[in-house]
Amino acid sequence: MGGKEEMKPYRRPVPNTWWLERRSYFLFIVRELASVFVAAYSVFLLLVIYKLGQGPEAYEGMIELLRSPALIVFHLVVLAFAVYHSITWFNLTPKILVLFVGEVRVPPLLIAGAHYFAWLVLSALVAWVILRA
Amino acid sequence: MEKTMKLEIFRYRPDQEDQPRFQTYEVPFREDWVVLDAINYIKDEIDGTLSYRWSCRMGVCGSCGMMVNGIPKLTCATFLKDYYPDKIRVEPLTGFPVQRDLVIVMDDFIHKLREIKPWIIRREGEEKPIEGGEYLQTPAELEQYKQYSMCINCMLCYAACPVYALDNTFVGPAAIALAQRYNMDSRDQGRDQRQEIIASHEGIWECTFVGECSVVCPKAVDPAGAIQRSKVSSTIDWYKEVLIPWGGKKR
Amino acid sequence: MGNYETYKYDVVVVGGGGAGLRAAIAVAETNPALKVALVSKVYPMRSHTVSAEGGAAAVIKENDSFDEHCSDTILGSDWLADQDAVELFVKEAPSEMIQLEHWGCPWSREPNGKVAVRPFGGMKIERTWFAADKTGFHMLHTLYQTSLKYDNVTHFDEWFATKVLVENGRCQGITALELRSGQIRVIAGKAVIICTGGAGRVFPFTTNGAIKTGDGMVMAYRAGVALKDMEFVQYHPTGLPGTGILITEAARGEGGILVNKDGYRYLQDYDLGKPLEVTDSRHPVKKTMELGPRDRLSLAFMKEVEKGRTLSGAYGEYVHLDLRHLGEKKVDKKIPFVRELSTKYAGIDPVYEPIPVRPVVHYMMGGVDTDIDGAASMPGLFAAGEAACVSINGANRLGSNSLTELLVFGAIAGRAAARFATEHPELDLTALQKQGADEQERIAKNFIRKDGGYERVATLRQEMTRTMESGAGIYRSETSLKETCNKLAELRGRFSNILIEDRSLSFNTELTSALELDLMLDVAQAIAHSALARTESRGSHQRTDYPDRNDEKFLKHSLAFRTDGAPRIEYKDVIITRWPPAERVYGR
Repeated sequence: MGGKEEMKPYRRPVPNTWWLERRSYFLFIVRELASVFVAAYSVFLLLVIYKLGQGPEAYEGMIELLRSPALIVFHLVVLAFAVYHSITWFNLTPKILVLFVGEVRVPPLLIAGAHYFAWLVLSALVAWVILRA
Repeated sequence: MEKTMKLEIFRYRPDQEDQPRFQTYEVPFREDWVVLDAINYIKDEIDGTLSYRWSCRMGVCGSCGMMVNGIPKLTCATFLKDYYPDKIRVEPLTGFPVQRDLVIVMDDFIHKLREIKPWIIRREGEEKPIEGGEYLQTPAELEQYKQYSMCINCMLCYAACPVYALDNTFVGPAAIALAQRYNMDSRDQGRDQRQEIIASHEGIWECTFVGECSVVCPKAVDPAGAIQRSKVSSTIDWYKEVLIPWGGKKR
Repeated sequence: MGNYETYKYDVVVVGGGGAGLRAAIAVAETNPALKVALVSKVYPMRSHTVSAEGGAAAVIKENDSFDEHCSDTILGSDWLADQDAVELFVKEAPSEMIQLEHWGCPWSREPNGKVAVRPFGGMKIERTWFAADKTGFHMLHTLYQTSLKYDNVTHFDEWFATKVLVENGRCQGITALELRSGQIRVIAGKAVIICTGGAGRVFPFTTNGAIKTGDGMVMAYRAGVALKDMEFVQYHPTGLPGTGILITEAARGEGGILVNKDGYRYLQDYDLGKPLEVTDSRHPVKKTMELGPRDRLSLAFMKEVEKGRTLSGAYGEYVHLDLRHLGEKKVDKKIPFVRELSTKYAGIDPVYEPIPVRPVVHYMMGGVDTDIDGAASMPGLFAAGEAACVSINGANRLGSNSLTELLVFGAIAGRAAARFATEHPELDLTALQKQGADEQERIAKNFIRKDGGYERVATLRQEMTRTMESGAGIYRSETSLKETCNKLAELRGRFSNILIEDRSLSFNTELTSALELDLMLDVAQAIAHSALARTESRGSHQRTDYPDRNDEKFLKHSLAFRTDGAPRIEYKDVIITRWPPAERVYGR
């Protein structure tokens, strides 16, 4: 008795729904998915710029289109995903950016905080440029 | 009446059955017992046929990693009181083949560990003789890699990694963290040699940064961080190589 | 069963802890043409070296000297250490430690980048190198990872060695149970090095991990080699009650104090010197009070229990290890693992509360009788580390000498074994295969295929550990030891009715527990009978009926030889070179 073939280890299958099994996996998948929406928005933005290049009439048509409820919903969804992506990403930045001052590691909260701060400042700047007009 | 608790344990014996099954045991509940104590109780008092690994029961040998209610845990550091009175489900670490009961096959990790060359590499002729004394290393230099040197090889990070479960050609969290441990050591000069594995497709680029490896790590090694930092430095390598003619690899 | 394979190597190292890894590397470096088999019942990084915390001693600083380290060690040993071995050990220690540094061990450092040292019990000058308070862990992983570099070292992980094979009066290999397949294999080797560690698990309350069952000691013992000084069992003064988890001596080296239920530093009552205020910059004073040797501290605890000055808890009597005055910063920097362990397992954060502690079995000074080269009396058989008794530890080991010992004597035994293997190339493979088949049959017959057994492994094990504690613990007497000897003989008899429910071959841990129990019963008998025969008190061996040291009769190593009944006890002289026996004085 006792050949190696009888000692075959058991391999557990990975179900397709593995990402639903743990909250962290699910949030990860949503983060990955969010990039699809961000990419879609980029494509849309390129389209707007293209229309702008075609002259005032085409651009006006585009602006008219933007007022449609469907596109407003689209923008809201994209905004939600973009915010989610940014927040989860900023929370991860301390892992990537490890700084030392002598023997002491710069606290992760400070690294993430700096990112949020920069985000805030840039958003404010953009808002100022737009709203000033 | 003594308080008790139920443990539902994964059973599989390769020479007796094709499929695993779960077996439920009832054990006394004690405030200061860890899951491993309960499993030892089963082995000693109820069912001698249950197989699992354990030794130090103080969270440093890395033997007793198991899935406890679906989460990778060191069972010697997981207390029953955190689950009482609910039933606890104990399974072998996911992502690995099961040899028997709660014992996984970890050949793959041992192989990968060796591949990343987890030892100090010095350039030819730059080894210090013993008579020359120790290499100097300041506390700040030590701090650069110390966190990654705390890995106990318990395999919880692999069990938490969906990438490894789906494709086990991935070098994986602990092995990459250990490569980073040597890369960041001021005494080491072997990063280029390790990059062949680390910067390959099966290396850091397979990682999608789920981050769960760092969450389950019982020693706060932060393998996810190690991998991302390794990605940054590998990217810098690439830019240097492509953009600066003289900035390429130094051998 | 019946089919078995033979593996052929030059040197077979049994045990993958610090000593085994160091020995394997030494063979590989001595002669890269030699093939080394490193056989371990667990993956090497699980070995119990991993649990060592405080540090490893070696003379490195300007204010220190070899003679100081020698005399501390000999005083600590209560003059039972062989002084030629101690001198060799002390002289080799620094280069071995530097070698480990070159291999990457993350030693704690001074601001200038040099290796830092800390004070330790029984050491007059600070010479204990440390990697925070996970020194053993870092040393083990450094050695294991470095061992992967050598192509001529083959790892047999999770192979349980069962027997030393002797042919033509020479050790020629081992048999081992491959856990995965459940098969017995022959691993032939021109030389064999036993590095399987101690056997703390023969006691109920120990810092030792589950794997420390004295396997290699007994393999040598059963091959006719003596076990030396087995009566000397070290109790570490500071283990957590209940779990037996070790709270490192480094906690006291950094300034922690021991107090009884009245908050009184009781050690001052036991001839260990006078305490200084913890705020005094000279505290802790080396070789006094909390930095006395482990045997004396554990004895003092027992006396406090007798006086009723200890605290009582769910797991018996205890005292307090107070670290509060060190402050959070120092605790986190120097002894973070102490904080982690006591917070997790005792629910006590030592920064704010004193830690409950009591003495707990920690280390075997005794082991396989070897000479200064690590060679046992059987040609071709070597031993190193806790499994061996060279002896540098005598009747009481000083804290932080054992991690260094496994490097120094691991390397020495490795080189000696390499030499032996080169000089003795012939192996009688046919005869070895026959022995392998016999061993396979023995294990099948006595365990796997055995019917009608009714004694549970756990029951016999519990009875064994209980009788060891009650009869052969910190204090022993003729009455208590005789009772233990009788009980052990009874257990040995009952072992033949052992019950094995598990008939699986793959990873049968009921089988390995039974094999371990079988081995531990031999270790326990060697300890109890050696202790019974030594009618004096010395170091960790304290006889209530013979409270004094008796150099005239017992300045000798005991040698236990296995027989079918009780072990036969013989003696051999201790080697004295420059340090004649004297009164063992601490703190005055």
